[in-house]
Amino acid sequence: MTDQPYLDTSPQLSDEIRKTTCYMCACRCGINVHIKNDKVAYIEGNKEHPVNQGVLCAKGSAGIMQINAPSKLKSPLKRVGPRGSGQFKEITWNEALNLATSWLKPIREENPEKLAFFTGRDQSQSFTSFWAQNFGTPNYAAHGGFCSVNMAAAGIYTMGGAFWEFGQPDWDHTKLFMLFGVAEDHDSNPIKMGIGKIKAKGARIIGVNPIRTGYSAVADDWVGITPGTDGLFIMSLIHLLLKAGKIDLVYLSQFTNAPALVDNETGLLLKDADNKELVIDQKSGKLVAFDTKNVQPNITANHKGNQTVFYHMIEKYLSDEFSPEAVSERTGIKAGRIRAIAAEIARVAFEESFEIDQEWTDFRGNKHKKMLARPVSFHAMRGISAHSNGFQTCRALHVLQIILGTVEVPGGFRFKPPYPKPSSIHPKPHCKVTPGAPLDGPHLGFVHGPDDLCLKEDGTPARIDKAFTWENPMSAHGLMHMVISNAHAGDPYKIDTLFMYMANMSWNSSMNTKGVIEMLTDKNDSGDYVIPHIIYSDAYSSEMVAYADLILPDTTYLERHDCISLLDRPICEADAVADSIRWPVIAPDRNVRGFQSVLCDLGARLKLPAFIDNDGNARFKDYADYIVNHERKPGIGPLAGWRSKEDTGKGSPNPNQLNQYIKNGGFWTKHIPKNAAYYKPWNLDYQNWAVDTGLYDQPQPYLFSLYVEPMRKFQLAALGHGKIQPPEHLRDRILKSMDPLPIWYPPFEETLVDKDEFTLHALTQRPMAMYHSWGTQNAWLRQIHGVNPLYIPSKLMMSHSLKDGDWVKLTSVNGSITVPVAEMAALNERTVWTWNAIGKRKGTWALDKNAPEATKGFLLNHLIHELLPPKGDGLRWANSDPITGQAAWFDLRVKLEKTKSPSSSEPTFPEIKSPVEKGSNIILQGQS
Amino acid sequence: MHPSPSVIIFTALSGLGFGLLVFLGLKMPDVTGVLAFIFFVIGFGLAVGGLISSTFHLGRPERSLKAFKQWRSSWLSREAIAAVFTLSVMAVYAIGRIFFDYDIRILGVVGAIMSIVTVFTTSMIYAQLKSIPRWNTKLTPAYFLSLSLAGGALLAGQITFCLLLLLISGIIQLLVWIKGDRALALSGTTIESGTGLGTIGRVRAFEPPHTGTNYLLKEFVHIVGRKHSAKLRIIALILMIGTPILLLSLSFSHFLAALSVISHISGLFISRWLFFAEAEHVVGLYYGKR
Amino acid sequence: MTTLPEKTERKLGLVIDLDTCVGCHACVISCKGWNTENYGSPLADVDAYGENPVGTFLNRVHSYEVTPDEGTSQLVHFPKSCLHCEDAPCVTVCPTGASYKRSEDGIVLVNESDCIGCGLCAWACPYGAREMDGIEKVMKKCTLCVDRIYNENLEPEDQIPSCVRTCPAGARHFGDFNDPDSQVNKLVLERGGMDLMPEQQTKPVNKYLPPRPKDTLGEIDILAPLLKPVAEKPDTFIGWLNKQLDKI
Ligand SMILES: Nc1nc2c(c(=O)[nH]1)N[C@H]1C(S)=C(S)[C@@H](COP(=O)(O)OP(=O)(O)OC[C@H]3O[C@@H](n4cnc5c(=O)[nH]c(N)nc54)[C@H](O)[C@@H]3O)O[C@H]1N2
Ligand SMILES: Nc1nc2c(c(=O)[nH]1)N[C@H]1C(S)=C(S)[C@@H](COP(=O)(O)OP(=O)(O)OC[C@H]3O[C@@H](n4cnc5c(=O)[nH]c(N)nc54)[C@H](O)[C@@H]3O)O[C@H]1N2
Ligand code: SF4
Ligand code: SF4
Ligand code: SF4
Ligand code: SF4
Ligand code: SF4
Ligand SMILES: [Mo]
Repeated sequence: MTDQPYLDTSPQLSDEIRKTTCYMCACRCGINVHIKNDKVAYIEGNKEHPVNQGVLCAKGSAGIMQINAPSKLKSPLKRVGPRGSGQFKEITWNEALNLATSWLKPIREENPEKLAFFTGRDQSQSFTSFWAQNFGTPNYAAHGGFCSVNMAAAGIYTMGGAFWEFGQPDWDHTKLFMLFGVAEDHDSNPIKMGIGKIKAKGARIIGVNPIRTGYSAVADDWVGITPGTDGLFIMSLIHLLLKAGKIDLVYLSQFTNAPALVDNETGLLLKDADNKELVIDQKSGKLVAFDTKNVQPNITANHKGNQTVFYHMIEKYLSDEFSPEAVSERTGIKAGRIRAIAAEIARVAFEESFEIDQEWTDFRGNKHKKMLARPVSFHAMRGISAHSNGFQTCRALHVLQIILGTVEVPGGFRFKPPYPKPSSIHPKPHCKVTPGAPLDGPHLGFVHGPDDLCLKEDGTPARIDKAFTWENPMSAHGLMHMVISNAHAGDPYKIDTLFMYMANMSWNSSMNTKGVIEMLTDKNDSGDYVIPHIIYSDAYSSEMVAYADLILPDTTYLERHDCISLLDRPICEADAVADSIRWPVIAPDRNVRGFQSVLCDLGARLKLPAFIDNDGNARFKDYADYIVNHERKPGIGPLAGWRSKEDTGKGSPNPNQLNQYIKNGGFWTKHIPKNAAYYKPWNLDYQNWAVDTGLYDQPQPYLFSLYVEPMRKFQLAALGHGKIQPPEHLRDRILKSMDPLPIWYPPFEETLVDKDEFTLHALTQRPMAMYHSWGTQNAWLRQIHGVNPLYIPSKLMMSHSLKDGDWVKLTSVNGSITVPVAEMAALNERTVWTWNAIGKRKGTWALDKNAPEATKGFLLNHLIHELLPPKGDGLRWANSDPITGQAAWFDLRVKLEKTKSPSSSEPTFPEIKSPVEKGSNIILQGQS
Repeated sequence: MHPSPSVIIFTALSGLGFGLLVFLGLKMPDVTGVLAFIFFVIGFGLAVGGLISSTFHLGRPERSLKAFKQWRSSWLSREAIAAVFTLSVMAVYAIGRIFFDYDIRILGVVGAIMSIVTVFTTSMIYAQLKSIPRWNTKLTPAYFLSLSLAGGALLAGQITFCLLLLLISGIIQLLVWIKGDRALALSGTTIESGTGLGTIGRVRAFEPPHTGTNYLLKEFVHIVGRKHSAKLRIIALILMIGTPILLLSLSFSHFLAALSVISHISGLFISRWLFFAEAEHVVGLYYGKR
Repeated sequence: MTTLPEKTERKLGLVIDLDTCVGCHACVISCKGWNTENYGSPLADVDAYGENPVGTFLNRVHSYEVTPDEGTSQLVHFPKSCLHCEDAPCVTVCPTGASYKRSEDGIVLVNESDCIGCGLCAWACPYGAREMDGIEKVMKKCTLCVDRIYNENLEPEDQIPSCVRTCPAGARHFGDFNDPDSQVNKLVLERGGMDLMPEQQTKPVNKYLPPRPKDTLGEIDILAPLLKPVAEKPDTFIGWLNKQLDKI
C-alpha cells in the first residue's frame, strides 16, 4: 500500500569495522567492532573466526557497555586512608612505577621469595610467569588452583589433555553427548554451537548436574545427581560396561597402558632402559617396549606374577561396591537409571559405530585403512572438579572414555593443539631461588614423584601457597586461594609484597571473604600491616581495589594489545591450530596503561635480564614489542602466525606480524591435515605435523595412563620408601587419596561436619549472561541479573513454608548469611544454589549504594572457608583436593531456616569510598 | 493494569460531562441564559477537562492531533473525532441556548446522540482488548454508558431518570465484577497457552527475563489484594449508587442533591480505579503474575 | 495506516526452537546493541547504574518450569519478541497510524515520528512485545531487523536479524512463511511448530518449536541384553577376554 511511510532499508552501518578478540570472558571469540565517529557503535561476531564463527554471546555484544562503564579506573592510585577505606590519591605513572620499584628492588636483591605475584584469569600467563621467573620469586601462579586444576591435571596425567578449553567433543560426528557439571565453561560459544549442532541432528544429550538449567535444561535426559558423588556414578558405569564386555579391547591394548605390566612388589610399571613401558606381545609372548613395531600388546598377560594394568582395573571395578545398587542411594540415582545410561552408552559406542574413509599411520608404523568412530562423547568441568575428590573423579571420567575407546576417534572427545601433550613432556615445577637472579626454571609444571616437589632443604614448602608439597603434590596450577591466608599466617613464611593482577580476592574469588578482608587489613603489634605491601592491577573499581596500597590501572580489552598464545591457553580447534591478538581498536580516554606494558617497564626498571638490552635499557618498548620480538626458543615466539617462515608456526620475528594479524581479522590458523585429524597421540602424521608447527620438539607418541604411575610413587613414599618422606600426619591421606587407579571418597567437608545438621549441599553456577564480578558494571547485563535468589527445591520450600521472595538464614560451619529465596522444582532434593558473583559490595563498581546487587545480591563465599573445620590436631588443613590443591568450592554443606526479611542481605559491609564517580543516570547509547 | 490517575480522571469526568450533555441536548432541564450557561459550563468543563487529562497519559502530547487519523480501525481515533464533533455541535447548540434563547433542536438531538456515541467509543477502547479479558465484554460499554447517563441525569437534576439509571448502573456494576472475576479464567488464555508448554505439564514462571522491573510490569501488572478489592467494591457501590439513591428518594433539596453528586463522584472514582487496577492483562501470565 | 493489509506478499518471521534454546540471552543483548544504534531512536536505559535500572528491550528471555503429572520437572528457556501477527491487534488500535503492518513482508513496525506514545498498542498486544521507551516516549518493538534483512551494505548471509545471527545455539531461524520450501516452514512442519495464545486470534507469524520429549531413557533391569554380564569375577572375566582377543 502506498501510504506506508518511507523506510531506508539499507542504512549505512558504521564508518569502519575493526576486528579483534573479545574479552568479556575467557572464551576469546572473534569480534567485529563497528566504529562510528571514533566510538564503538556495535559489536558482532566475526564469521571467519575459528572460535565463534560469527555468533556472539550476551556478554560479547554488551562489550560496548563494558568500555563505557563509569567504573573504569582513571589513573594510578596511591592509598592515603587505611586499607579497605577506598581513600586514594591520584599519582603519575612515574610515581607509581618508582614506588613499585622501591618496594621490589630490595626484595629481589635479598629475598626474591618475599614477592608473591599472582594473576587472576588473565590470558598472558606465559608472559607474567616469564616476568616472575626473571624476577626470581618462586611465588607465582595464576588462578587455576581455585578454578579447575583438577580438570586440567587429571586430564594431562591421564591422557595428555583435558576438557576445560583443551579439547572438545567431535560435534560433527557424536551421537551421544554426556555433560557433567557444566553451567557455562570457558568454551561458552563453542559448547552452545556444538549443542545446537547435535540437537539439529537429533543426537541425545545427557546432562549430569544437580541443577537443571541451561545445558541440562535442553538435555534429553537429566541426571540430578547428589553433589560430590559423580565418581561413584562413573565407576558404576565402568563396572557395568566392563562386566558386559562393552569395551574397546583393540583400543585399550594399542593406545593405553592397559597392557603395561605392574611390578607386583612396588606397584610401579615395568620399564626398559629407555624408560618405556613394557608389555607382553600377544603373538610372541615376549616382553617388549610398548612401541615396538608390530607388537600386539596383551592386556591379559601375566609376567612372572606381574599383572597388567587392565587386570588391576578389572579387580577393582568389577567389585560389587560399584554395582548400581551399591551407589544408588549416595548418588541419588536409581539403579535402573544407571543401567539404562550404561546400556545407552554401550549401544551408541558399539552399535552406532561407523568408519571414516581415511587412511592413517600409527606410531608403530601400522597403516590403518579407516578411522573407526565411537560416537559417544563426554565433557565436564567444575561440577566434578571443584570438589575435594575432584581429581580422582575427573580421572574416573577419563578412564570411562578410554575403555570405550572414544578419545581422539571420530564421534568422541578430541584434543585441540598444542594438546595432546603427555605430562612427561610438560615442564616440572621450579623453585630454586637465587637473590638477584632469575628462578631456575618455570614455576609450574607436572611432578612425577616426590623428587619433583617444591620443598626447601628442611622439607618445608618452598612456595607461599604450598604448591607441590605433600599437602597437594600435583598442584600443577598453584593455589592462589591460599596465598593471602598463608601470607597472613606466615605459614610457611612471611612475605613483603603481594602483587596481584585481575583477581577480585577481597570478594568473589576468595573463599571466606570476610576473613580475607580481615587478613588484608590486619596489623601486627608494631602497627604495620601483616602483609606489608599490596600492589594490584585492575581495570575497574572492584572490591579488591580498596585493599591495595598501589593501583596500576589497566586498559580495557579494546584499548590494548594482547596475545592469545600457543604458549598459553590457546584458542585452537580440534581441526586447526590457532592464535590471536587484541589490538587497540579505540584509544583510552584516561591515564591508564596496559598491564603487560607496565610489566615490561617495571621489568626494565628492576633490571630483570630478559627485560633489558645489553646497555641496560628497556628491551621492549611495550607489550606489542614483546609479542613480536620475544623468542621463547629460537624461532618460537608468542605468536605462531606470520613469522619469518610464513605459516609454519616457526621462524624468526617478523616486524610486520601484528599488522598481518590485524589484516586477517586478528587471528591466525593452520589446519591439521585430514590424515592427522584423529588419533593424535599415536598418529605419526599428526606428530610430525605438530613438530613442523612448533608444538613439539620431536614426535612423542605415548600411551594413555589408565594407571598413573607418578601417583604410585607418592604412595610408596607414604609407605616409607625413598629419601623424601612425607610428614607423619599426611602419610595416611596420601596413601588413600593417591591411588593410581581412580577411586572415590566422600568430600572432606561432609566427613567433618554433622551431616544430620547440615543436610544440604550449596552450589553456585555461572550465569551465561554475566562474567564473574565484571558483569555488574554493565548497564545492560545488570538488568538481566541484578539480584540472585537462593534457589530451593520445591519440597523444602513447602516444608519450611517458604514462598518466592521470603528470606532465609543459610548457615554452614563457617558462618551464616541471610538471603532471599525462590523455588525450583527441577533441582536435586538435597541441593540449594545461586548464581555466582552477582552480590556486590556497597561503593564499588560505580553503582548506587542501594543497587540491588548490594542490597539483595549475595555471595555464598562467606560460608566457604579456605581451611577445613579444625580437626583438633592444631594443623591448618586446606579445603582443597589432596592431590592438586584445587579449591573445593562445591563441598559446602548448609542448613537453612526461615527468617524475617532484613533491610539488606547479610552480612553487610561498610560502604567503600569509590575512587570513581557513579555513572550517568540515563544511557542513550546510539546518541553518544 | 496500572491505575493511572490521568486515565481514571479522564474516563470518569468525561463520562459525567458527556452524560450531562446528553440531557442538556434533550432539554432536560429546559434551561436558557445564565442557568444554561452554568449547566453547559459544567458539562463542557467535565468533558473537556477529562479529555485534557487523558493527554497526560500520552508520551508525546504535542503530537496528539495525529490521533484523529485512524477512525477506520481505531476506537481511540474514533473517540477523539466523536468527542470533538460532539463538543462542536454542542457548543453551537449551547450558544443558541445561552445567548439567544434559541433551540436548534436538531443540534441538540444530534449532540445528545453523539455524546452517547462518544462515551461508547471511550468504552470500546477498553472493551475491544482481548488481551484484557475482564474488559473484553459488552458489559464494558454498558458500564461506561449507564454510569455516564446516571451521572449526567444526576447532574442534570433528572431525579426519576437518575434513580432508574443508578439502579441499572448498580446492577451492571455488580455484573461487571461478578463476570469480571471469572473473565481471565474463561478467556482460555493461560500460562500454558501463552507458552504452548501445557501439553508437557503444569507451567510455572521460573526466572523472569530481567531481575528488575520494566515498562510491561509497571503498566500491566498491578496486584490488588483480594480483601482490599472486596472492601473497595462495597464502598464504591455505597457511594456511587446506594447513597445517591437513598438521598434522592428521601426528598429533594439542593443540599441533598449536592451531597449525592459528591458521593456519586467519589464512588465513581473508586469504581474506575478498580476497573483499571483489577484488570488483568494476559502478559502478566508470562511473568507468573496477574 | 492502521488497517491491516489483506495479504502480504511475503510473510517474514522467526521460528524459535524451545528444544535448543539454552537461555543465554545473547539474542537479547545483540538486539539491544543493534537497535539502539539503528532503526529509530536509541533504546534508553534509565537509572542505569542505580537502584532500579529500567531499560527498553525488544526481545526478552523468560524461563519456565514445566512439571508433568508424572516424572521430573523440566526447565524451558523462552525467548519472546514481537510475533508479527497477521491479525495484529496492536496495529488496528493505533489512533495515529504509527503502527502498521507492511504489505510487502508483513513486518509490524512503529513509525516513531507519528507515535504519540498513547500506549494503546502495547495494551492490545497480548504478548508483551512492545515497550514504551523511557526517554523518547515512543513505542518500541522488534522490527524484525528490517534495516538488516534488505541492507545492501551487509553481505548476503548477514542479511538476517541480529538475534538470529548471534544465537550461539542456532535456536532462532528467520525466513518467509509464505514460501512452502523455506527452512522455517519445513521446521514448523517437521517439529510441530506452534502459535502462542492461539485463542487470542492474533495469528502470530512467529512459530515456536516445542521441546522434544525428555527423560525417555527410563530405567532398565539387570538382564537387559546390552548389559548382560560376560563374567562376574575377575578370573572368569580374564577368560572371556582371552577368547575375545583370540578373535581379533
Ligand atoms: N558466562 C560466564 N562464563 C564463564 C564464567 C563466568 O563467570 N560467566 N567463568 C569462567 C570460569 S573462570 C570458569 S572456571 C568456567 C566454569 O564453568 P563451569 O564449569 O560451567 O562452572 P560453574 O558455573 O561453576 O558450574 C558448575 C556446574 O556444576 C554443577 N555441579 C556442582 N557440583 C556438582 C557435582 O557434584 N556434580 C555434577 N555433576 N555437577 C555439579 C553446578 O550445578 C553447575 O552447573 O566458566 C567460565 N565461563
Ligand atoms: N562461590 C564461588 N566462588 C567462586 C567460584 C565459584 O564457583 N563459586 N569460582 C571461582 C573461580 S573458578 C574463579 S576463576 C574466580 C573468578 O574470580 P576473579 O578471578 O576474581 O574474577 P572477577 O570477579 O572477574 O575478578 C577479576 C578482576 O579483574 C578485573 N578486570 C577485569 N578486566 C580487567 C582487565 O582488563 N585488566 C585488569 N587488570 N583487570 C581486569 C575485574 O575488575 C575484577 O576485579 O571466582 C572463584 N570464586
Ligand atoms: S563467549 Fe562471549 S564473552 Fe566470551 S569471548 Fe566469546 S563473545 Fe566474548
Ligand atoms: S541466543 Fe539463542 S540460545 Fe540464547 S537465549 Fe536467545 S534463542 Fe536462546
Ligand atoms: S506480537 Fe504484539 S506487537 Fe507484535 S504484532 Fe502481535 S500483537 Fe502486535
Ligand atoms: S503508542 Fe504510538 S504506536 Fe502505539 S498506539 Fe499509540 S500512537 Fe500508535
Ligand atoms: S529481529 Fe531484530 S529487532 Fe527483532 S528481536 Fe531480533 S534482533 Fe531484535
Ligand atoms: Mo575459573
